[in-house]
Amino acid sequence: MAGLSDPGFDTLALHAGAAPDPTTGARAVPIHLSTSFVFRSSEHAASLFNMEASGHVYSRISNPTNAVLEERVSALEGGAGALATASGQAALHLAVATLAGAGHHVVASSALYGGSHNLLHYTLKRFGIDTTFVKPGDVDAWRQAIRPNTRLLFGETLGNPALDVLDIPTVSAIAHEAKLPLLVDSTFTTPWLMKPFEHGASLLYHSATKFLSGHGTVIGGVLVDSGNFDWEASGRFPELTAPYAGFHGMDFAEESSVGAFLLRARREGLRDFGACMSPHSAWLILQGIETLPLRMERHVANTRKVVQFLAGHAMVDSVAYPELEGHPSYALAKRLLPRGCGSVFSFNLKGTRAQGQAFIESLGLFSHLANVGDCRSLVIHPASTTHFRMDDAALAQAGIGAGTIRLSIGLEDADDLIDDLKRGLKAAQKAGAAGSNGLAA
Amino acid sequence: MELTINGRTAYAYTGGKPLNPAQPTVAFIHGALHDHSVWTLLARWCAHHGYNALAFDLPGHLRSAGPPLQGVAELADWVLAMLDAAGVQQAALAGHSMGSLIALEAAARAPDRINRLVMLGTAYPMRVAPALLATALAEPLKAIDMVNAWSFSGIAAKPSFPGPGMWLHGANRSLMRKVQAHETSCNLFHHEFSLCDSYASGLQAARQVVCPVHFILGRLDQMTSPKVTAELATRLKAQVHTVEAGHNMVAEAPDAVLAALRLALA
Repeated sequence: MAGLSDPGFDTLALHAGAAPDPTTGARAVPIHLSTSFVFRSSEHAASLFNMEASGHVYSRISNPTNAVLEERVSALEGGAGALATASGQAALHLAVATLAGAGHHVVASSALYGGSHNLLHYTLKRFGIDTTFVKPGDVDAWRQAIRPNTRLLFGETLGNPALDVLDIPTVSAIAHEAKLPLLVDSTFTTPWLMKPFEHGASLLYHSATKFLSGHGTVIGGVLVDSGNFDWEASGRFPELTAPYAGFHGMDFAEESSVGAFLLRARREGLRDFGACMSPHSAWLILQGIETLPLRMERHVANTRKVVQFLAGHAMVDSVAYPELEGHPSYALAKRLLPRGCGSVFSFNLKGTRAQGQAFIESLGLFSHLANVGDCRSLVIHPASTTHFRMDDAALAQAGIGAGTIRLSIGLEDADDLIDDLKRGLKAAQKAGAAGSNGLAA
Repeated sequence: MELTINGRTAYAYTGGKPLNPAQPTVAFIHGALHDHSVWTLLARWCAHHGYNALAFDLPGHLRSAGPPLQGVAELADWVLAMLDAAGVQQAALAGHSMGSLIALEAAARAPDRINRLVMLGTAYPMRVAPALLATALAEPLKAIDMVNAWSFSGIAAKPSFPGPGMWLHGANRSLMRKVQAHETSCNLFHHEFSLCDSYASGLQAARQVVCPVHFILGRLDQMTSPKVTAELATRLKAQVHTVEAGHNMVAEAPDAVLAALRLALA
């Protein structure tokens, strides 16, 4: 919660971390496309390397444009600081790799973006980090999955693609009982809809590719630390609380009582894994964040109209949107997401896979592609795209059917979107009729 | 380094290097609801430029065991005891806000041991508005947010502390909340603001101080306005350095504060 004299959300979205450039007077954030930054003297150089002074050395580690983005997202989330990364995937990897190594374990929601599932289930396993997946709403399963070698609990604020609302207060309490942090992927909600740190999460990240940038022009991620997790009291994180031979023998928790995670993630993770963000990408994301409050309000308003339309249509079997009373997360959404449940949701068409295909291919305004959170409306078939590596059991556990269609509602006129969907549903209906007459495969 | 004072664990950050008895020492004293970590850049610079650095956690602040001490005088004695425990005979003292009053009192109590007094973000008297004290008592988290907002001069301080990417308002709020939650024996925030408000021995202490004194003040400080330091500065014959920052100047303007500190230590 912001302090009494703290700027409000909309003001922070425009100003946090940025002021007119002291040298040129530039009002907008300049793009510092420079790999490296001149030292004032040999002593200055040494002081930067030795953390006696703050500043920029090399853009893989930090960059002035990226720093504005990092501060701005931290401000909007109520965090202590942040790191900009090459993508949302890089942010997730950086979070896990900073806290866990070979022999460690993660407990994760089973309702995840397919890319996150791949990283945890397949790739990190190859590096000795195991993950147990649990249904996000199964409180006992979260608790029971924790092992002595667990380092992190992880879920999405709105599970992809069925929109299970993560009960962050409960899951974070379970995590804290075990002296573990809860990391959440906050991509679908953005801080305009929910601030996970206010509900107990310790860390969060965004695929800034989505709503933060909002224009489908850039890939990027931001990893944010609440500064609230007590790494020393946990006793499970010597990476943060014991001298690190790889960086001046520094004990990061001693160095910063609230920023140990970010120090290690930057001084080791960005330095060694190198998944940094381009300053040009940071600038594009900042342009998007400036209008985030306006866009999110419109995203949600449009989505509510589209959801209402689909929920009443004869060709639609079900709509998975937590504001609908039949959704399993209805009550939780009312409590945690009073401003709305975002603009990405799924619905199930009645009929065959061919009818689903006819629906998607007849849409004119919705773009068929693998992304969400664009200002333009998007559509995809998860079972054959984002989640295609999952077997049927894993798909079912994630709440995805063969006929599930995922929409990302943009900022167009809602009536035009509904007209487009009517066209698609009519095409699906015709495909069904043709199929029953033996005209379609 | 961990020391023991009156049977209780007491902590001092040394800037990444052990103490060297042949070097001069600079001891740093934090303000209300802070800890040693507000000094890390300055302390590391000292430790790597020919000084011993000792940045304390005051009793009841994270790494130093509580309970918190009852007044500025007791805290000043504790600081001197820490110097004893660390084997330091003489030191420069640098204190921020509440810590500046503790440093002043320590310099008055042991004029033969304190060779420099550096008071940052200071004022005397350090009155706290009754409304803020009442809020600190009844709703400490709300009061923390108020103080946090007033501690910074803007929302774009560069290059950030202790490094790029930190959101100073958020980091400072997290630190204050963490320190407040960690000490369970009392409402530490109310205790420390009351302690600042009630400290009445500043001018008397100033008469005992014999070492060179430097004030580092934030031109934009809303918590301890530079306007109310004049009398104390005159009594102490202090050299005043003004930086473009608010009350939390060590985080907002670390380079400018270091430059002023170097002048003070020269």
